[in-house]
Amino acid sequence: MAGTTAPERAGTSKGGGTLYRGDLGMWSWVAHRITGVLTFFFLFAHVLDTALVRVSPDAYDKVIETYKNPVVNLFEVGLVGAVLYHALNGIRVMLVDFWEKGARYQKQMLWAVLVVWVLVMIPGTYYMLVRTVTDLLGGGH
Amino acid sequence: MSESLTLDKPRSPRRPAARRSNFELYSWLFMRISGVALVVLVLGHLFIMNILDGGVHRINFGFVAGRWASPFWQFWDLAMLWLAQIHGGNGLRTVINDYARKDATRFWLKVLLYVSMVLIIALGTYVIFTFDPNITD
Repeated sequence: MAGTTAPERAGTSKGGGTLYRGDLGMWSWVAHRITGVLTFFFLFAHVLDTALVRVSPDAYDKVIETYKNPVVNLFEVGLVGAVLYHALNGIRVMLVDFWEKGARYQKQMLWAVLVVWVLVMIPGTYYMLVRTVTDLLGGGH
Repeated sequence: MSESLTLDKPRSPRRPAARRSNFELYSWLFMRISGVALVVLVLGHLFIMNILDGGVHRINFGFVAGRWASPFWQFWDLAMLWLAQIHGGNGLRTVINDYARKDATRFWLKVLLYVSMVLIIALGTYVIFTFDPNITD
């Protein structure tokens, strides 16, 4: 049941068993929770702002302008990073649960998650911020 | 695993009667099934909206109207809305169960959670089904 229940000591360091608490596996679980909760809160706001298409085109366009603000644009990079981690680590959790060798390779899969995350976020961040940065530096061409 | 299978006084008369409900099993399974779908739906949504072809800067009312003219994207967004709300709501239910210390706190946080889930699912569904591209005409 990886990923659903609170962490407990799987063994003690004294007994030579495996230590869960404080290990990288625990932090992957902590990050999964935090990114999940943050995304859920964002979703609440996002459905409300999208609902403005039912009010008027002007009301919607006004609220969507805030998404194009440089600071909010940076938060969007954070949101995409959070959702991407949650998605990749979620696939890892499913492989641990359903793949017979999943538990054995859970640590390698966590490194794979982090490597893929970095490889996707580098071009992703570029494309999300390129317009904002050129607008800030170029000054309205 | 053997540790968790060791029963403490299995024949003790004070052992609570087993109340068999598979709810948590189905909840666990739902998180994985919806998770697979959401990986495609949400990452696709984020890619189209934030990265592709100018990203967020090209989004306005006309852009939304163009997308929702297609039943494909209407269904995409509807499925994403329902699955994300139930997946995220179930995740938050677990988080509340883990961290709320008093029964009253746990109860009211869950009431707040379920009310917000119903509100967002209902509002989002209503908007997708009643969207009018000529709203100002």
